[in-house]
Amino acid sequence: MLNDTSLMSGTSACPGCPENIAMRMLSMALGKDVALVVIAGCSSVTQGLAPKNAYGYASLNIAFAAGPPAASGMWRAYKRRNRDVTVVVWAGDGGTSDIGFASLSGAAERNEDFIYLCVDNEAYMNTGGHRSGSTPHGALTPTTPEGKSGNKKEIPFIMIDHNIPYVATASVGYPHDFIDKVREAKTIRGFKYVHVLTPDPYGWLFDPSRTAEVAKLAVQTCYWPLFKWKDGRIEVSPESLHCLKKETRRPLKDFLSIQGRFKKIDEKGIEDLERYIDELWERISLNLKR
Amino acid sequence: MQHEYQYFPITVPGKGAGGQTGTWRFVRPVVNLNKCIGCRACWMFCPEATIHVIDGKVEVDYDYCKGCGICANVCPVKAILMEGEDQ
Ligand SMILES: Cc1ncc(C[n+]2csc(CCOP(=O)(O)OP(=O)(O)O)c2C)c(N)n1
Ligand code: SF4
Ligand code: SF4
Ligand code: SF4
Repeated sequence: MLNDTSLMSGTSACPGCPENIAMRMLSMALGKDVALVVIAGCSSVTQGLAPKNAYGYASLNIAFAAGPPAASGMWRAYKRRNRDVTVVVWAGDGGTSDIGFASLSGAAERNEDFIYLCVDNEAYMNTGGHRSGSTPHGALTPTTPEGKSGNKKEIPFIMIDHNIPYVATASVGYPHDFIDKVREAKTIRGFKYVHVLTPDPYGWLFDPSRTAEVAKLAVQTCYWPLFKWKDGRIEVSPESLHCLKKETRRPLKDFLSIQGRFKKIDEKGIEDLERYIDELWERISLNLKR
Repeated sequence: MQHEYQYFPITVPGKGAGGQTGTWRFVRPVVNLNKCIGCRACWMFCPEATIHVIDGKVEVDYDYCKGCGICANVCPVKAILMEGEDQ
């Protein structure tokens, strides 16, 4: 049986929380001997109230930009003591793509030996769901009441451009793919970046029973690609291979219509999003051979 | 140097750090063990770690289950139904 001891029941998270699902899958991948550096976000709060903590891993809660530097010191300290501990930075999409980006980029450039895991719920959920750099075009948030104008920042590609040894994308809808990628990341030395899509019922406005379903739809409609970048080339996961051809993609509307945050998007907005997806896959196709 | 008001905000792992979250629930997952095929999809996706598979049997920890309904949604044979809590 897979290890799922990273999460103790009775957390402070909302019902149906995708970040909790990702946290359980993290220990299914890594087992014991993991130290977390948790950057401010929902995951800082879901740990609950002292003296208890809902996370089964040693966790250091820290300010946004301080996460990657703290992890840089932590893996060195473990190494010096000859301890085989995997250091994981756990951060939301706001912490990753906006507020903490400079120090993330710095740690990647130094090729520090830890895993950086971004749980992407496409908004600053802990402080009310306002838009982040990772919010998609057309999505309603409290700070984009008519829908965000402009596309999601493509952090996985930006991390690939740092020339680090490993970059992977995942979705909580496809646990085995996610778990395999985190396991593979553990075997590699240097900076590993894993970006997992975590659809959030409260920001994306769908029923909390549908978290896993929406996470699957994001992949099936090719809105969210599953791939890994290793040895200078991209390998698309089997779950996403149908996306390489436009004809075999599931219609994007299947993903949009199930969420309240896209209720104001018009035909033009949908076309814009579809163009974004076309370009995303063109970019992936180009990197397949390189 | 020892500080007079030194305080280390250190916590230890434990269930119920967010309280007895089963009280949040207004629908509860009920497992029909005759239908269940033991695939563990419900266990895999439960955000609260409140599904336990003991000797191939699915059990729900109602002390902490929040009633989100994900387990019922992912069950491939619809062995879990969400039933209203009384009162
Ligand atoms: C420098 C700084 N600015 C703002 C905040 C307030 N803050 C705490 S959590 C949070 C939202 C984080 O959002 P994200 O990284 O997307 O994670 P999520 O809550 O969605 O998991 C914000 C803005 C802060 N703690 N520090
Ligand atoms: S807002 Fe979303 S990510 Fe944050 S605790 Fe609630 S369900 Fe989880
Ligand atoms: S209803 Fe939600 S919290 Fe309760 S057992 Fe099912 S998935 Fe877990
Ligand atoms: S998902 Fe359904 S069939 Fe599978 S173990 Fe759970 S209850 Fe049984």
